[in-house]
Amino acid sequence: MSDHPEPEVQPQRVPAMQQLLDNPFLLLFIGITIPTVLYIVWGVMEIASIPVAP
Amino acid sequence: MAAIDAPYPGSAAAAAIFRTCRFTGLKVDIAAQRLIMANAVAAVVFLAVGGVMGLLVALTRWPAVHLLPSEWFYLVLTGHGANVLLFWIIFFEIAILYFASAVLLGSRIATPKIAWAAFVLMLVGAVMTNVAVFQGDSSVMFTSYPPMQASPHFYLGLIIFAVGALIGVGIFFGTLVIAHGEHTYEGSIPLVTFGALTAAIIAVFTLASGAIILIPTYLWSLGLITEIDPLMYKVVWWGMGHSSQQINVAAHVSVWYAIGALTIGAKPLSEKVSRSAFLLYILFLQLASAHHLLADPGMSATWKIVNTSYLMYLAVLGSLIHGLTVPGALEAAQRRNGYTKGAFEWLRKAPWGNPAFAGMFLSLVMFGFIGGISGVVLGTEQLNLLMHNTIYVPGHFHGTVVAGTTLAFMAMTYYVLPLIFQRDVIWPKLARWQPYLFGIGAAGISLFMMGAGTLGIPRRHWDITLTDAMHPFDLPSGGFLMMGLNGLSAVIAAAGGILYIVITVGTVLWGKRLDKGDAPLNFPLHKQAATVAEYGSHTTVKLPGTIILVSIFFLSFVLYYFVNWKYLSEIWLLR
Repeated sequence: MSDHPEPEVQPQRVPAMQQLLDNPFLLLFIGITIPTVLYIVWGVMEIASIPVAP
Repeated sequence: MAAIDAPYPGSAAAAAIFRTCRFTGLKVDIAAQRLIMANAVAAVVFLAVGGVMGLLVALTRWPAVHLLPSEWFYLVLTGHGANVLLFWIIFFEIAILYFASAVLLGSRIATPKIAWAAFVLMLVGAVMTNVAVFQGDSSVMFTSYPPMQASPHFYLGLIIFAVGALIGVGIFFGTLVIAHGEHTYEGSIPLVTFGALTAAIIAVFTLASGAIILIPTYLWSLGLITEIDPLMYKVVWWGMGHSSQQINVAAHVSVWYAIGALTIGAKPLSEKVSRSAFLLYILFLQLASAHHLLADPGMSATWKIVNTSYLMYLAVLGSLIHGLTVPGALEAAQRRNGYTKGAFEWLRKAPWGNPAFAGMFLSLVMFGFIGGISGVVLGTEQLNLLMHNTIYVPGHFHGTVVAGTTLAFMAMTYYVLPLIFQRDVIWPKLARWQPYLFGIGAAGISLFMMGAGTLGIPRRHWDITLTDAMHPFDLPSGGFLMMGLNGLSAVIAAAGGILYIVITVGTVLWGKRLDKGDAPLNFPLHKQAATVAEYGSHTTVKLPGTIILVSIFFLSFVLYYFVNWKYLSEIWLLR
């Protein structure tokens, strides 16, 4: 039996992109936020800002 | 032989019962299997109803036939849109979500009782909307733009359907959580499941947009709200109306990858690249909804161009990536299977007699060449003026939803039947022809409607001869020819659709049982079909055939795009 302790195995760092792709709820969040802001909210604001005909 | 396993270990999963599929080795939760079957059956029923209505629409728009009177035409047009664009597709997509989560991850499905409640809600909603349509006072067409008003139960049916579908999507997410928590898979989820996740995310935005606009519209139909702003309605409604077709795109791209794995053992060329393409869908695909408002003066050019051009093109980039990686994965697999001669032996010797493969490949080609290219042209603000509200628009979306999605889902059915229903496909010789028949018809419908639209034929118009109009107008005779050819194509597509339904229903009722004995499949799986449930790439760049095909596609894309700019320059009177 060796007197030397086993070297600790460093956990492999998971790349940020991989973490994003492996997180369904983060994807869900950004997948709803982007169209909601860029399409719905922006679109509704434009319609709301159309002046009412006299 | 399929075997019923002992209850899955673990207290939370004790009630779940699994069988092991003898063809793929996948563990199948019996509760998930029953739900997939129920949703798939409902999908096919609504396809049959909507398909008949589609044939009636085409035969009415065929000037020489002009089958239905105007009241019936608009009734049938409304029902056609709701039944095929929403009910057929979303029922089938819920089946795909359950398959891609519970079956591919070898997990029990989350809350099966609630999943059944979701199914009942969807069914009740779809039937309620159909009843409203057939009663004759809800002929507002699929878009149901105010101030046209339908019966309250038309909107209520759609809302109930959307709530049911939203619950179904929630169950997909719940199943992902269970599979992760119970360690039914290691590492990342398979690519097909990731594609289904993309579809599910888009579905949440889609169904929420539908609920947001249809609830006040329902209250308006009851007289509780005095007015619905038409432009506000259009913006929010298209968040559902167009995004629901983006669920299809994500779902049918997943089906392409799945069928590639099942039929020839294809693996993604690069998991990272394919997942990044799906990520572009998640981020930007829903923004294509703005296409429908490109001719509306109330919206600014900035809003239109940012949504449909700058950002939407990133989602198009996603499709272009899949357009390379799907055929690339097929070529790589076929070369691994021994078909290495020249640039195209892999394609010539592909299993063209297998309706799943043939349907998938036709769907891939036609979605790209017809639906994809025309979508980018329609989504360009200036070019949109050429075809806005002409029958080019239905031509485009029949290229995506019929030639693309429906054909892919039909192809997938040829494996849903043996693997989930455990029945072998009946009449294999007829089944071999089905995707070609339907595909040729669908391509004809799309191309001839696009041709007629380019000549100025309006969409949704009962009588293009404009009989009894106060101001007579002669549309080009070429447009009439195109509408006749569209009618013929619809007959061919209907024949393919009827064949699909007869084979599907016949197989479910009378197909050879596969859960007993060890009979082989009429359309056998590849020996590495189980890769459909695995994470992993087959990295190679030796894809000469794919590179040639993709080059042809790019050339067609560029030519068609610039031909339309030339056409615009000739008719635009700003000189």
